Amino acid sequence: MGQAAMNTGVGPALEPILRVEHLTMRFGGLLAVNDLSFDVARGQITALIGPNGAGKTTVFNCITGFYKPTSGRVALMSGGPQSDPAIAALTDSPGRSQRVGRGGVYLLERMADSEIAAQAKVARTFQNIRLFTGMTVLENLIVAQHNWLNHASGYSVLGLVGAKSFREAEAKAVEIAVAWLDCIGLKGRADDPAGALPYGDQRRLEIVRAMCTGPVLLCLDEPAAGLNPRESAELNELLLSIRDGNGTSLLLIEHDMSVVMEISDHIVVLEYGKKISDGTPDYIKNDPKVIAAYLGVEDEEVDEAEAEIEG
Amino acid sequence: MDYFLQQLINGLTLGSVYGLIAIGYTMVYGIIGMINFAHGDVFMLSVFIALILFLLITSLFGGLAIAVALVLVLIIAMALTALWSWAIERVAYRPLRGSFRLAPLISAIGMSIFLINFVQLVQGPRNKSIPPIIEGGFEIQIGSGDITLSYKQILIILTTAVLLAAFWFIVQKTSLGRAQRACEQDRKMASLLGIDVDRTISLTFVMGAALAAVAGVLFMVQYGVVNFSDGFVPGIKAFTAAVLGGIGSLPGAVIGGLLIGLIEVFWSAYFSIDYKDVAAFSILAITLIFMPSGILGKPDVEKV
Amino acid sequence: MSEGEAKTVASDERASFSWISALRDAGFLALFTLGLSFPILAFRTRQDLWHGLVLDPRWDLVATVVAIAFFGRLSWLVVGGRVSRNVQSFATQVGEVLAPLQNYKGTFRLVGLIWLIAYPFLAVLIAGPGGALKWIDNFGIQILIYVMLGWGLNIVVGLAGLLDLGYVAFYAVGAYSTALLSTYFGLSFWICLPLAGIFAAFWGILLGFPVLRLRGDYLAIVTLAFGEIIRLVLINWVELTNGAAGISGIPRPTFFGLPFNASDEGFAAFFGLEFTPLHRLFFLFYLILALALLTNWVTIRLRRLPIGRAWEALREDDIACRSLGIDTVTTKLTAFSIGAMFGGIAGAFFAARLGFISPKSFEFMESAVILSIVVLGGMGSQVGVAIAAVAMIGGTELLRELGWLKSIFGAGFDPTQYRMLLFGMAMVGMMVWRPRGLISKREPSLVLHEKRAIGGDLVKEGQG
Repeated sequence: MGQAAMNTGVGPALEPILRVEHLTMRFGGLLAVNDLSFDVARGQITALIGPNGAGKTTVFNCITGFYKPTSGRVALMSGGPQSDPAIAALTDSPGRSQRVGRGGVYLLERMADSEIAAQAKVARTFQNIRLFTGMTVLENLIVAQHNWLNHASGYSVLGLVGAKSFREAEAKAVEIAVAWLDCIGLKGRADDPAGALPYGDQRRLEIVRAMCTGPVLLCLDEPAAGLNPRESAELNELLLSIRDGNGTSLLLIEHDMSVVMEISDHIVVLEYGKKISDGTPDYIKNDPKVIAAYLGVEDEEVDEAEAEIEG
Repeated sequence: MDYFLQQLINGLTLGSVYGLIAIGYTMVYGIIGMINFAHGDVFMLSVFIALILFLLITSLFGGLAIAVALVLVLIIAMALTALWSWAIERVAYRPLRGSFRLAPLISAIGMSIFLINFVQLVQGPRNKSIPPIIEGGFEIQIGSGDITLSYKQILIILTTAVLLAAFWFIVQKTSLGRAQRACEQDRKMASLLGIDVDRTISLTFVMGAALAAVAGVLFMVQYGVVNFSDGFVPGIKAFTAAVLGGIGSLPGAVIGGLLIGLIEVFWSAYFSIDYKDVAAFSILAITLIFMPSGILGKPDVEKV
Repeated sequence: MSEGEAKTVASDERASFSWISALRDAGFLALFTLGLSFPILAFRTRQDLWHGLVLDPRWDLVATVVAIAFFGRLSWLVVGGRVSRNVQSFATQVGEVLAPLQNYKGTFRLVGLIWLIAYPFLAVLIAGPGGALKWIDNFGIQILIYVMLGWGLNIVVGLAGLLDLGYVAFYAVGAYSTALLSTYFGLSFWICLPLAGIFAAFWGILLGFPVLRLRGDYLAIVTLAFGEIIRLVLINWVELTNGAAGISGIPRPTFFGLPFNASDEGFAAFFGLEFTPLHRLFFLFYLILALALLTNWVTIRLRRLPIGRAWEALREDDIACRSLGIDTVTTKLTAFSIGAMFGGIAGAFFAARLGFISPKSFEFMESAVILSIVVLGGMGSQVGVAIAAVAMIGGTELLRELGWLKSIFGAGFDPTQYRMLLFGMAMVGMMVWRPRGLISKREPSLVLHEKRAIGGDLVKEGQG
């Protein structure tokens, strides 16, 4: 078992879909992520928490290929459990992915952002919502299905002549989009520009847009930021339905503890680019290191906590 | 060896002119993130202004020493060109601040077209040439051959150095320079802290234009001929210099200018004079593609 | 606003209006204008008989300009506020009246098409066979070339949001490949036309590949550099291109093999018509109309395909596109090369229309004009681009028709000299007035319930 499987406070190690090992990201002199290792369990919701500037978004950007990590391995095991030797063999080879049955192993640190989304099927959302604001809600969800639709349009050749096969594919894509819109109650606003939606709806639209790519792992960067309590509750419901209904694994960064504690199966805590704790919500809630570093403590308690960490 | 040294001197002279124009590009880009497309034409306008002023002053005060006349021309041309640049900013760029990203660029292209045609209209389409203002120079014996260091070249290199030093002082040590740097970082915050952002931006244009006018006067001294279409290519080359040096960086603009001058002169001397502009444009493309932050610029990290 | 309110506003205005401050303001502007006019306007340089440069003072001209500035500013201060408010309210009223017309878009399209098809005949009817030459050639064909170029560039700039300042390079590639293929290998125009498109698209890919990862203004400058490099190579590679002198004797297009000449095998003889140069113009007009409409049709179709939506998504947010697995490089390249292809086809037409090309036709100014047509039209709007092309090209062509102004301003007055000057001023003015162009609304490419246009403020302009 690798170091990443270290699970403080939880029982038996869960079967991981994503394994991050010794991830390090350096910007000039700044060490944003320092030798970080953790697992994201298959079919579960894993939360990545930590104080501002702990390096959470940087970890996300490394996983989704927007940054190229300075060192470390980010292995996605799609389709089912993959053997350690297979991953090791792929790491030693110059290859980036190895298909096994319906799934495969993908070394995300070797892949570019759009390849990760298209091939490894890792989708993400952004801290500052990135919808196509000048396109309609429906168009946003159709663009998310670009790759297979573009293929169905015969790379535009069939589409240009209006072939039936393409029209059928497009109808199917609309059907998928409408199903997701139904799920978040926005079907009635399908023809409105995405930029005109209220903030909370934009957040949820961005999530279902990511789901339209058919991901095995969905990474959400502060999905509850700026939501009111009612919207947060709706978000929880949506995320749970994605986990249970689609079998998609979720990794989320979140500050809103009501969301984190309620829906996470597993929490990883970062501070200054290092992992300080890792376990179930109950374990994290009671971990003095987390309390000291994250939830904020009185001065004397900090000293105590520091002593504990040092010791 | 003597040929090489001669070309080196020629390249540095030309590079000084490019460097002076490049500062205008780099400062404006630094502060409002816009390529002031009309800047090359402002330079061309300044050459015309300098030329007319020179003729006017020498004909009015016949006995005046050339040096005094040139200083007068320099000062008045700097002031008048700055006035033009201020007006251009006020009319074509300020109303577009914070608008659609392409709008200022299109407006600047429109302004460039306007200036070219304005000068053509009021001064005519022909080349305007005057007899050499300064002649002679030092002959220096090196090895077997001679190189010439003309008084013009000395004047150009010295003027550039002195004015750059003065300019550097303004940008580094005065409150105007501080305001400029603050606006560069965060315009909104700067205005909240009581900096008059509009005024700071105007002054940036004014300073850039004044330096372009210095380049204009030196251009007149060096070549003694100008045409209404002479703004475009030096403008692009100066912009190349700004990019090569790292856009937003003032020393970068000067270093870039000198490099472009040297490359152009050596290319013409050793390869093909026909393709010297192709070389300049290729350097621009290659720099942007492979080294977009230039020599002294800060690398641009994409915010996700 | 009720009448009472209007009165209050008016009287407030009168109360706050002060002649002294207005005079001071106008005086300041006059002084400022004087500063700008000196010495560039006040002295005209002229070469005398001994090739020395002499100065001709023109203080009368300066006085006129300063007076215009003073009184113009003053009268604006006195009545300007009211005028601009009236104009604005008039514009809103016109907008309200015209709004329902949106529902008759199909009808408009049909009427427009019929008008375009009838245009050459109308020109002959109204201006007579001699006078029609100018209207068909300088206005009809000339404008349609720019409409086609505008539509082609619209794919790159308007849809994909890639700022291309070197579009004229592809126009040049199309024109020169047609010229060279037809003069060296004797290929006919109809073979050159698609080949020109293919070559231009190929060049689009070749140039696009290294530059398309650049963003914004940098992309603009690199494309400008490539455009200039191609032009300079055309000038300097004399063995191939005959340099600045250009290539002449490019075979004219034929009507399915029938040349437009007075010979027995000519078009006129074949159809038993009397020979007239109008036949060729009619043919060229319909040809460029068909090519432009083809560009339009392909663009509209592509917009509703995944690739077109990916272009627009790319313009909106390329980072989001990457997160959705869209290969942004390929997507940008398709936009770049398809845009280039239409530019190349237009270039082929241009070469064959005149039978002569030179690098002079492919200067940076052409790219600037085409880009300004796209931006003024409203990026992404096909109708807007067409309107902008008519206004900009037709407008500047109209200046050639203003010879009668000579009777007012004297014989030395030549309106065509002001053509590009006004063009530049119009570009600045348009940007200040409507930075998003004439038609800034965006039509969705796909509708579930009901089609609604999207306001321009939400549509992004692209970063690359």
